Amino acid sequence: MTAPTVTPPVIPPAAPVLTSRPDARHHRGTARWFVLLGAVVVAVLILVPFLIMALNAFKSPTDYSQNGPLSWPTSFYTDGVTAFWTRVNFPEKLWNSIFISGIVALLGTLLSLLNAYAIGVGRIKGRLWVVTLFLLATMLPQESLIYPLFTMAQNVGLSNSPWSVIIIFTVIQSAFGTYLLSSVLGTFPPALLEAAALDGASRWQVLWRVVFPVVRPTLSVLLIFFFIWTWNEFFIPLVMLTSNSTQTIPVALASLQGDRMMDAPTTNAGALISLLPAVLFFLLFQRTLTRGVTAGAVK
Amino acid sequence: MTSTTTARTGAPTDVRPHRRHRPHWVPYLPYLVPGLIAFVVVIGIPFATNIVYSFQKWKGGMAPRTWVGLDNYAALMHDEQFWTSFRNSISMIVAMVVIPTLIGLVLAAVLFDYLGKKFGAQASSVLRATYYLPQILPVAVAGVLWNWILNSQTGALNEILRNLGVDNPPNWLGSTTTAMPSVMLVLVWVQIGYPVVIFMAALQRVDPELYEAAELDGAGWSRRFRAITVPQIRPEVFVVVLTCTVAALKVFGPIYVLTRGGPEGSTIVPSYYSYLNFFDKSKVGYGAAVANILTLVILVVAGLILWAQARSERKEAGPR
Repeated sequence: MTAPTVTPPVIPPAAPVLTSRPDARHHRGTARWFVLLGAVVVAVLILVPFLIMALNAFKSPTDYSQNGPLSWPTSFYTDGVTAFWTRVNFPEKLWNSIFISGIVALLGTLLSLLNAYAIGVGRIKGRLWVVTLFLLATMLPQESLIYPLFTMAQNVGLSNSPWSVIIIFTVIQSAFGTYLLSSVLGTFPPALLEAAALDGASRWQVLWRVVFPVVRPTLSVLLIFFFIWTWNEFFIPLVMLTSNSTQTIPVALASLQGDRMMDAPTTNAGALISLLPAVLFFLLFQRTLTRGVTAGAVK
Repeated sequence: MTSTTTARTGAPTDVRPHRRHRPHWVPYLPYLVPGLIAFVVVIGIPFATNIVYSFQKWKGGMAPRTWVGLDNYAALMHDEQFWTSFRNSISMIVAMVVIPTLIGLVLAAVLFDYLGKKFGAQASSVLRATYYLPQILPVAVAGVLWNWILNSQTGALNEILRNLGVDNPPNWLGSTTTAMPSVMLVLVWVQIGYPVVIFMAALQRVDPELYEAAELDGAGWSRRFRAITVPQIRPEVFVVVLTCTVAALKVFGPIYVLTRGGPEGSTIVPSYYSYLNFFDKSKVGYGAAVANILTLVILVVAGLILWAQARSERKEAGPR
């Protein structure tokens, strides 16, 4: 690995790391502080945009143009926050995002479970084809679906409706969920299924009384991921939700770009308010999430 | 990636002996029906319809649709913007796959094999969470923030540069020479946490005795990195490369909020070019053709990566 040659100038700390040759063990006392410094510098570089945003969200436009982006605000200026809040009707956008992401997370997880039950436990014929099909679907660019979906939504009276977005994302997310859950359920302990069958449980009962409790941790990871992925989606909501009142948070923020009211504090306040829900959600579910990222990677 | 499912085809599954007359799997079919119907309606039919569109000339809505065969594809071959958009995809892959994977490998190994041991797991998990932070934001929101930071007039970066005495700081997103590097910088910032988290998780399943033995043999950090870390987590490296490459080829949101493909089309990417044709230029057939070529490219590239992975796994298993 020749990391230093491809490391871009913006992220210098990789260099001190690689200079720790074997003989560095004799100077370990100081070397480790340099490595720590390098790792911390990367962390600071990642945090700087957030800090600049937080600093300038509460600074008046004149304060900003006089003292620049790095100074402490001379007074606690909240007009930017209120301007953005009222202009986009933030509570409405927040509700749109929660409503769409919440229902997609629930329906998408349910659909994934049903599909995966048939594929992983039922071992239906041709399951490999079905799983491959779903996996391929996760790779499709949304552009290759959007115009027909847009036309279909108009034909069935769902244009500019959150339900069009909900239906689309339920299917898109469940394509991935089915792929993941099928391999999990493919290794479901047969002894449990046999015991339930001997007790005379129907397939429906086995699903909810035997399978569901066992895979509940995986399902909760899926649920949280579907919620966040849908929350962060941009392209399909941008196309499908054409009026102001149906927009989600990212679309609402992006559509204000270039607007005259978006001066430095308002832009920063808007970005700050818009990313707070994501950060709060992340902090709440951090444990589950880090577990989930891993679950996705190792199949 | 499908190996888990293939490997289990031969397993004994006949749990219900009282259903002897028809295959055991038939009663499970109803559970797949809702999912399959939804899949066909939302993905199958639109995908096929989009292919039909690409053989037509259509301005959208109630406008007439005329069959033009392969004309749209033929026109693409001579369309400079189309070729630029795919050339820019290579920059997207560098910014979203190559750089983050390489830096991610080093960072993950440093956090896991060095800092975690010297300063405690707490320190390394705080750092990891910080690296991951940009990943959890809606990418459009991150883009709006960066769009302001990089703005030539009111942006934070140029304000700082002016205060430092730079008279004419660059118009980062507005000039053809700096726009693409600026977009790439933002994408590296967004992406970097993903490989770090995946690789650190992967390292947890590596036998710690490997590291201890290597350390006793006097292998330094960089030796251990090359001889243990990278080979041991190769499967995860492939997963990251595959998912990030597909994401890089599909990228839309950051381009939309940062540059809208500009200036002079210098940062245009296939997905944005397709969107532009669909909804801005009202050339639906043409936009559909761009989207189909993009789909094809993604499937071919993903296929190549999966093939490379299978080959490297076979090589690994060979000598044993």
